Amino acid sequence: MIFIILLIIMAVLLIAAAIYSITHRDLLFAVMGTGIVSVILSMFFFLLQAPDVALTEAAIGIALTTIIFIITIRNTSRDEDEIIDKEDKKI
Amino acid sequence: MQEQFNEVFTKYHEVITWGVYGTAIALMLIGLYAILIKKNLVKIIIGLTIMDAGIHLLFVGIGYIQNGTAPIFSPGYENAADRMVDPVPQALVLTAIIIGFAITAVALSLVIRLYKHHHTAKIDQIKSLKW
Amino acid sequence: MKKAFVIILLAVLGFFLTKTFMDIPFGENRIGEVSSNETAAGYYLNNTPAKTKVANVVTAIVVNYRGLDTLGEVTVLFLASTGLASILYRRKREEEDAERLSLPSSRIMRTGVRVLFPAIVLLGIYVFIHGHLTPGGGFQGGTIVATGFLLMLISYKGFNTDHNRMVWIESLAGLSFVGIGIWGLISGNTFLENIPETGILNSLISGGLIPIIYIVVGFKVAVELTGILDILLNIKPKK
Repeated sequence: MIFIILLIIMAVLLIAAAIYSITHRDLLFAVMGTGIVSVILSMFFFLLQAPDVALTEAAIGIALTTIIFIITIRNTSRDEDEIIDKEDKKI
Repeated sequence: MQEQFNEVFTKYHEVITWGVYGTAIALMLIGLYAILIKKNLVKIIIGLTIMDAGIHLLFVGIGYIQNGTAPIFSPGYENAADRMVDPVPQALVLTAIIIGFAITAVALSLVIRLYKHHHTAKIDQIKSLKW
Repeated sequence: MKKAFVIILLAVLGFFLTKTFMDIPFGENRIGEVSSNETAAGYYLNNTPAKTKVANVVTAIVVNYRGLDTLGEVTVLFLASTGLASILYRRKREEEDAERLSLPSSRIMRTGVRVLFPAIVLLGIYVFIHGHLTPGGGFQGGTIVATGFLLMLISYKGFNTDHNRMVWIESLAGLSFVGIGIWGLISGNTFLENIPETGILNSLISGGLIPIIYIVVGFKVAVELTGILDILLNIKPKK
């Protein structure tokens, strides 16, 4: 009985993290949402008896994807709707 | 843990089927929505990552067999080949995760280069500026 | 207007996907009888402990039975790393000294990383050496080693990875993978054939060429990912 509850909680958290990740305006929070999707997905792979795939998803999705997104946000804008004029003045 | 999971599985078959397949299809549709609607380039690539996650979950979910165990012949279990889950989708998804990461890395480097030239990361602003 | 079209498209797509996948029963046994070699999965499960003497079936499929696909994947990673380096290329590299950190990192981070870095590299090397006995392998171990190097790069200002040595290691690893395949061709068998004799199941030296190929792939992936992170961290930010 407890495993049905676990599955339902994990599925609801997965979809909630994905929706939060694409609708939030601050890009740093959206990237953290992608990290949470990777963590819960790795646990799903373990429950479906696939340990190799769980290890790969945990190593790549949590550490490397998040750091690459953060470096990109550092070099571009942090806000989603930021408009910069041609003479480098923010509107 | 394994036996309890299996006995629950037979009783609530419908719920678990909807749970695994439905979650994977919902993730794919959420990622596709972000790719088609959003205007910021980094949001589009986040949508690509979420769509990849949905596809990988769908593949591994197809290869699951009831009362199955992980496909590793540990010492003491050398004759357990009858009870193992399907190993072929797992080998496919292993390759797909790494290639998805390589695509994300190259796409983000293009976004950085575009931002340095046009000083904006939104696609409707980039169409209106001249070369 | 555009949003309405997209939502209608997604609804149609979702409806047909759900209808198709509800016809595939979840958890049904599609392998058949394992000892009669009916399906491909049954053949792999039947012959992996008998002929190749490797405990991890997914490793045997990725390296031995479908080894050519792994060669293609290593090529894709190499192309991605080269493409990224050429997109973010700056000609005046010596004059503008790009700083990775604008503020020095905290004392906790500096002390902790000095202890963690050898442990993480050791864990990564353990994972890709024992890829044929436990879950793991070349790609996972290489990623863990790259994470260790990432921690050092963001904590210490003076830590620089040697560019020439990394190029040498990566090129030698790639050449030896193709060389192992050509060795199979020269000695009369097919490309990437498992030629040396296999040992005992569940011991460290078993499986012929399988651990050797995974060690080579592990080195190559670790060096490539460290190179990607090094290039991305050294971009000069705006103003």
